[in-house]
Amino acid sequence: MRVLALVGRRLLSSVPTLFIILVGLFLLLQLAPGDTVDALVAQMGGGDQKLTQELRRFYGLDAPVAVQLGRYLWRLVQLDLGYSAIYGKPVASVILERLPATLLLMGSALSLAFSAGIALGVLAARRVNRWPDTLISTLGLVFYATPSFWFGLMGIVVFAIKLAWLPPGGFETVGAGYAGLARVLDIARYLVLPTLTLALIFLAIYLRIMRASMLEVLTLDFVRTARAKGVTEQAVIVRHVLRNALLPVVTLIGLQAGTMLGGSVVVESVFALPGLGRLAYESVVQRDLNTLLGIVFVSALLVIAVNFIVDLLYARLDPRIA
Amino acid sequence: MNALLEIENLSVALPRGADRALALDGVSLTLQAGEILCVVGESGSGKTMTANAAMRLLPLGVGVAGGTIRFEGRDILALPEAEMRQLRGRRIAMVFQEPMTALNPLRPIGDQIGEMFRTHTGLGRAEIDARILGLLDEVRIPDPRSAARAYPHELSGGQRQRAMIAMALALEPTVLIADEPTTALDVTTQAQILHLIRELQRKKGTAVLFITHDFGVVGEIADRVAVMQSGRLVETDSVAEVLDRPKHAYTRMLLAAVPPLEAPPARTVSAEAVLSIDRVSKTYVTRGSGLRKRSTLALDNVTLSLPKGSTLGIVGESGSGKSTLAKCLVRLIAPDAGAIRMSDVDLAHLSRREAKRATARIQMVFQDPYGSLNPRRRAGELVAQGPIAHGLAPEEARARAKKLFALVGLDPTATDRYPHEFSGGQRQRIGLARALALEPEILVADEPVSSLDVSVQAQVLELLAQLRARLGLSMVFITHDLRVAAQICDRVAVMKDGRVMEEGLAADVFSAPRHAYTQALIEAIPRRRQPLH
Amino acid sequence: MLGFWRLYARSPSAVMGLVLLLLVIGMALTAGLLFPKNPLALAGPPLLWPFQDAQLWLGTDNSGRDIAAQIFHGARISLLIGLAAMALAITIGILLGALAGFYGGIADDILMRITEAFQTLPNFLLLLMLVAVFGSTLTTVTIAIGLVSWQAPARLTRAEFLSLRTREFVQAGRTIGLGDATLIFREILPNALPPVIVYASVVMAVAILLESALAFLNLSDPNVASWGNLIGLGRGVLRTAWYVSAIPGVAILITVLAVSLVGQGLNDALNPRLRGR
Repeated sequence: MRVLALVGRRLLSSVPTLFIILVGLFLLLQLAPGDTVDALVAQMGGGDQKLTQELRRFYGLDAPVAVQLGRYLWRLVQLDLGYSAIYGKPVASVILERLPATLLLMGSALSLAFSAGIALGVLAARRVNRWPDTLISTLGLVFYATPSFWFGLMGIVVFAIKLAWLPPGGFETVGAGYAGLARVLDIARYLVLPTLTLALIFLAIYLRIMRASMLEVLTLDFVRTARAKGVTEQAVIVRHVLRNALLPVVTLIGLQAGTMLGGSVVVESVFALPGLGRLAYESVVQRDLNTLLGIVFVSALLVIAVNFIVDLLYARLDPRIA
Repeated sequence: MNALLEIENLSVALPRGADRALALDGVSLTLQAGEILCVVGESGSGKTMTANAAMRLLPLGVGVAGGTIRFEGRDILALPEAEMRQLRGRRIAMVFQEPMTALNPLRPIGDQIGEMFRTHTGLGRAEIDARILGLLDEVRIPDPRSAARAYPHELSGGQRQRAMIAMALALEPTVLIADEPTTALDVTTQAQILHLIRELQRKKGTAVLFITHDFGVVGEIADRVAVMQSGRLVETDSVAEVLDRPKHAYTRMLLAAVPPLEAPPARTVSAEAVLSIDRVSKTYVTRGSGLRKRSTLALDNVTLSLPKGSTLGIVGESGSGKSTLAKCLVRLIAPDAGAIRMSDVDLAHLSRREAKRATARIQMVFQDPYGSLNPRRRAGELVAQGPIAHGLAPEEARARAKKLFALVGLDPTATDRYPHEFSGGQRQRIGLARALALEPEILVADEPVSSLDVSVQAQVLELLAQLRARLGLSMVFITHDLRVAAQICDRVAVMKDGRVMEEGLAADVFSAPRHAYTQALIEAIPRRRQPLH
Repeated sequence: MLGFWRLYARSPSAVMGLVLLLLVIGMALTAGLLFPKNPLALAGPPLLWPFQDAQLWLGTDNSGRDIAAQIFHGARISLLIGLAAMALAITIGILLGALAGFYGGIADDILMRITEAFQTLPNFLLLLMLVAVFGSTLTTVTIAIGLVSWQAPARLTRAEFLSLRTREFVQAGRTIGLGDATLIFREILPNALPPVIVYASVVMAVAILLESALAFLNLSDPNVASWGNLIGLGRGVLRTAWYVSAIPGVAILITVLAVSLVGQGLNDALNPRLRGR
C-alpha cells in the first residue's frame, strides 16, 4: 500500500532525528557540573578520592567522552538502556514501571482535549460572534492562560480538600487490594483531576484552531457549491465542512505530542503520580544520566509513534497526499 | 414565450465600507424558456452578484435593497429558506468558474453528484449509481466508472468542469446559471465545454443564464445578450442586434476592445537577430509519492530567434512550456541544455557578475498586477530599485523613475503612492516602467494583459506598441490568447508540450496555419459562427 | 498609524487585554515605589491571611514575607523573562526560518531535521536539562527558555518565505538585479513579519508559563520574587493557607491572558479582512 510506504519512509527518516537528539543531549550532559557518582557520593554522606575513582571506573565514567558515547549508542541498538545508579536497577525496568501511569494520563488527557476541543470549536463556529461563541472563546482563552500546575493545585483545594470528592494525589488507593473493574474505577477516580489539568491547555488550543479552521472552510468555494445544490445547512456542515476543517487539528496533535509529555512532568509532580514525567524530574535533580537518557529515548519513541498514527489518520482523511 | 426568470428592478446593497453603495442598481432581466442569455461585463459589473441573487446565495453582509425576482411566477425573494433550498439544485442549478475549488477535495466525484439525488429525491442507491454513470456519459467524460470513484484532484480541469455540469443537470432543472464556467480553462478545452453546454441545452430545453466577460463566447453561444457596467444594465437585445448594432457607448467600447482575429499587415523588420534561442531544453524533476521521481519535460529542443526591433509572440496553452521559456530568458531558471544568445553573449552560461550586467539588457514584465509589485514599497522606489542596484546614484534613479512614469502614461507625482492605491491597469504600467528602468534592449512580457479587463487590455497593448516604436525595443510576448498575439506580434511561435509546433509571420500563421494543432487552436477561439443567429 | 489603533480598538477583548497588560506593567514599574524593601525580606508573622492587616493586605507566606510585595516585584520578573526569552526565540527563529525558506535545498533539510529533533524531544525535558547543566540563575533560565521556543517562529517564518519566494515581485526583484541579502531582508521579510510578530505574543505567553513551571519545581532562580516560586511555596500549606498559591496563580493568569488578548488584537488589526473570525 502506498500509504504504508509513505509512512515507512517517515519512520526511517526518524532515525537521524533520534540520533541527533541522543548525541546532542549526551554531549550537553557532559557539560553538567557533577555526575552520577558525585550525586551518589553525596547521598552516601561523602567519601574519599579513592572511592570516587573506584565508583567512576565501575560505572565506566572515567573513559573519554567519545568512548562513553560510542558504548552507549552500541548498547542502545541492542535495546539495553543501561543501569541506574540511583535506583539500583536496570533503567529499562525503572522506566517500564513508570510507563503505564504516564500512558494512561496522556491517553485520557488527549482524548478529552481532542473531543471536547473539537466539539466546542464547532459549536463556537456555528454561532460565530454570538454569545455561545463569545463564551466558549473566552473560556478557551482563560484555559490557555492558566498555568496547569496552579489549576491542579486549585483543583486539589476545591475537590479534594474542601469538598473531599476526589483524592488529592497518588495513583490508586494503596493497600486496598482492588482488582478488575473495582481497580479500574479506583484508578479512574484518582486520574480525574490530573487528566483535567493536563488536558486544559490543549483543549484550549484545539478549540481555537478548530473554530478558526471551520470559519476558514466555510468561506471556501465547494461550500457554496453544496449550498447551491440545495443541501441543508446541517448537512453542509457535517458532510462538507467538518472533515476538511479537521485536517489542521489532526496535524496539530502530532506536533503537540512532545509538549504534552513535557506537561506531564508538572502534572505528575503536583499529583504525585508514579509516571515518566516525575521520573525525569528526579533524574535531573539526581544527575542520573542513564535514566535521563533512557527516558529521552522512550519519550522520543512515543512521540514518533503518535506521529505515525497521526500520519495514518491524516492519510485516511485526505486523499490528496497518497 | 414564457419567462422563467424575471428580475425586476433589483437592487443589492453592499456592506458599509465597500467601494460603492450598491452592487446592483435597478437591474431588470428576463430569461425565457429554452434560450441562452449571456450577461456580459467587466470585473465589478455586478454580473456574478446577479447570479448569486437569483439563487438567493448572496454573501454575508450583502442584502437585497429593492426589486423582485420571480421564478416560474413565484416571488423567490419572499420564499422561506426551506422552500428556496428545494428549488436550488432541482429547478435552478449553478455551475461555477473554478472547478478545482468548487468541488470538495475530500469526496469522490460520484459521491458529490449523488448528493443531488440524495438531497432532493428518495431514490435508492443502485438507481442513483446508475444515473450518475449516465450523467457522466452524457457529458462525455472518458471512463465514467472510474471517474465516479475519482477525487477532484485526479481529474483534469476540463473533466472537472464536465463533472460540475453533470452535477448541475442531474435533476433536469429548468434554469442553469453558469458563472464564467470556461474562463479558467484552456482555449481548446473551453471550446469543448461551450459545445457541450450548447448541445445539452438544446437536448433538454434548459434555459441558461451564462455569465462571461468574453464577447467571443457571447458570439459563440448566446441567443440574447445583456451588458452590465458598475451594477447597472446598460443594454439588452438579441445577439445579432448587440453585436452588429450596439446602441450604448459602453457596449461599443467593449466590442472595439476585443482584439479581432486577423493580424494587421506585416511590418518590415531587420534581418539581424538580437536574441537566438538554440536547442534549449529543461526538465523538471519532482519527487512523487514514495521514492519514485517524476520528471516533466518542460522544454524540448526549442529553437527560435528574435529579429531586432520586432516582436515575437509565443502562444500556447497551460503546460506548453511558454512560461518556462520566459523564465529561462531572464535567467530566473537555468536551462539544462542549449544556449540563449543575446548578440554574442550566451546568457545561459554566464558568471554571476557578468549575468548581472547582461540581465540589465533583457528585462521582464510579469502577469499578475497584484503580485508583481511589493505591497510595502512605494511605486517610485520599485522603479528606481533596479538602476540603484546597478550602480546609479539614488537621486538620478528617482528622477529616471519620474520620467518613466510619464512615459508609461502615469502621473509623475504618483511615485510616492503605494501599489494598492493604483488600479490593475496602472499597476501593469508600473511594472512596465520598472522593466524599462534599466534601458533594456529586449523586453520579455509574460502574459502582461491576461489578468486585465478587456478595455484596459486594449490600452496596455496600445502602450506597448507605442513604446516599442519609440524605444526601438525588441519584444518577446508570451500569451495564451491568439487574438492578443495577432495584434502586437510580427512573428508568432505556437508551443505545445515543450515543443515549437509552428513558427512564422503572424499574418501567415493566422490566415494559413500549417500545423494541425495551430489549426485546432484557431478553430477553438470563440466567435460568431454564422453571420445571422 | 492612527488608523491602526482605530482598527485595534474595534475589538473589546483586545482593548481589555491592553488595559490588563498596562495594569501589569504598572505593577512592575511601581514595585520599587510601593514596596521599597527587599520583597524576600521578613515583613510580618507567617501565614497571615489577606485582608487582616492594612500593611500586609495580601497576607504573608510560610516565612512571613509580604505577598503583595512579591506579587508586584514578581511582575517585573515575569515581564522581563517573557520579553527577553521571546526576543531571543523570535530572532533565532526568524533568522533560521528565513534562510531555510529562501534557499531551500540543503539548508532547508538541515533546519527541518533540527526542528524535528527539537519537536520530538519534549521541550520541557530539554528545558530541565539545560537548567540542570547551566544552573538556575535568571539569565540562564531566560536563555534556556529562549532556546526551547524558537522552533515555532522558525517554522512560521519558513512557511512565509516559501510562499513569498515564488511571488512575482520577488522574481521581479531578481530580474532587476537585486542581490540575495536585499531580497531576503528588504523585500521578503517585511511582508513575512506580520504573522510572526503576532505569534511573538504566544511565545511570550508560553515563556511566562514555562518560567513559572520551573520555579514551581524549584528549578528557577530562588533569589528573586517570582510568582512560580510563591506557588511552589504555597503547596506545602495548601490545606490551611491556600491563598499563598492562589494569588500568584491569578497574577500569572491575568498576565498571560493580557498578552494573548493583545496578540490577538494585533492580529485582527493587521488583517482587517479577516475580522469576524
